[in-house]
Amino acid sequence: MSADPQMLAFETNCHIFSGCGFPSPGLNSFVFKPLFTVGGVHFNKPMLLAVLSTIVVVGFFWAAFARPKLLPGKLQMVGEAGYDFVRRGVVHETMGRKEGEKFVPLMVTLFFFIWIMNLWAIIPIAQFPVTSIIAFPAGLAAIVYLTWMTLTFKRHGFVGGMKSLCGYQKGLGAVAFLVFPLEFLSNTIIRPFTHTVRLFANMFAGHLLLLIFTVGAWYTLNGIGIAYSAVAFVMVVVLTLFELFIQALQAYVFVVLASDYVRGAIAGH
Amino acid sequence: MTLLQIAADEAENPLIPPLPELVIGLVAFLIVFGFLAKMLLPRINKVLEQRHEAIEGGMEKAEAAQAEAQALLEQYRQQLAEARHEANRLRQEAQEQGAALIAEMRSEGQRQREEIIAAAHAQIEADRKQAALALRQDVGKLAVELASKLVDEALQEHARQSRVIDRFLDELAEKAEATR
Repeated sequence: MSADPQMLAFETNCHIFSGCGFPSPGLNSFVFKPLFTVGGVHFNKPMLLAVLSTIVVVGFFWAAFARPKLLPGKLQMVGEAGYDFVRRGVVHETMGRKEGEKFVPLMVTLFFFIWIMNLWAIIPIAQFPVTSIIAFPAGLAAIVYLTWMTLTFKRHGFVGGMKSLCGYQKGLGAVAFLVFPLEFLSNTIIRPFTHTVRLFANMFAGHLLLLIFTVGAWYTLNGIGIAYSAVAFVMVVVLTLFELFIQALQAYVFVVLASDYVRGAIAGH
Repeated sequence: MTLLQIAADEAENPLIPPLPELVIGLVAFLIVFGFLAKMLLPRINKVLEQRHEAIEGGMEKAEAAQAEAQALLEQYRQQLAEARHEANRLRQEAQEQGAALIAEMRSEGQRQREEIIAAAHAQIEADRKQAALALRQDVGKLAVELASKLVDEALQEHARQSRVIDRFLDELAEKAEATR
């Protein structure tokens, strides 16, 4: 009756060869019991982790940058390295120094916020990537979408903006009838969707993988199954390291794409 | 139906974002963005800018010092060249002065020599004249003396000659008388 596989896997003594079926993790692994309910809104674990992410990111940058010194301390040095990575490595690289500087705060915030939300996946007790709930990446992608859409029409006016969205170029000729709808569809509808889903699906799949091997390691921990359990456990360790890499990579990819969209809006086509 | 199952049913499609999560996610993001964009990043930017300026200022200072040193070196070189030039000029001047001095002294020597020679000549002339004068006086005296002596002698001689002549004349006269 209970639909919570985590409860099945960890809170009961369900092992192989004991007449217990494999409590396969699935969509239900992404549904949580409300921690508390305020006015009919259930406050659950992903929300708590999102709020914690806010505290962690703001807390870190507060500690690093609140009283910055000309000769940086250790924490400030780390903060500067992270800040510089996004600022120069992403924003200045895609948009150029002059145009890009205005968007540095947005991209820095996006990167570190997403990264920390991803990172919860491998933090003990938390062990859940907030971004695997599509609402979180969707909200961030929407902010990026609104930003570059506004910029497109602000910079180029309505006609210029539409041209930019349709991928207008001189000398397209008859191909234009093919290019315009495709580009328009790609830019206005598919782009924010893929932007969201790329992050969401990566974290979703990563979490599922980790769950399958974790639950599997626990489930097979009986009799001869211990051999399988050992393999699954090794996979958990390997995948945890892999996820550590993917979490940072996906945050990076999200920000690089966001910067590229903004660059496209500024430059036009 | 438990609360959990309702939640599970809602999550049937993981691609449909639940609204509360969406709102909380956006609010969380905006809080982070607000802190970073309005407060923390401007602060670090200011410090980064200051550091950049400090480094650049240091470099500028070093460049200025180098330029100053270069200018100083140039100045020293120029002064050295000037000094060398001055020394050359002085040496040449000294040489010229020395040459002039030598020439002057030579001409002075020449003049003195000529003067001395002239004076000597004059002295000699004067001496000669004096000598001549003295000589003339002496010669006169001597001549007179001699003449007086000669005359005296001659007079005595004359007398003797006169006697001889007289005797001769007498003889002649005797002869003539004798012959006649």
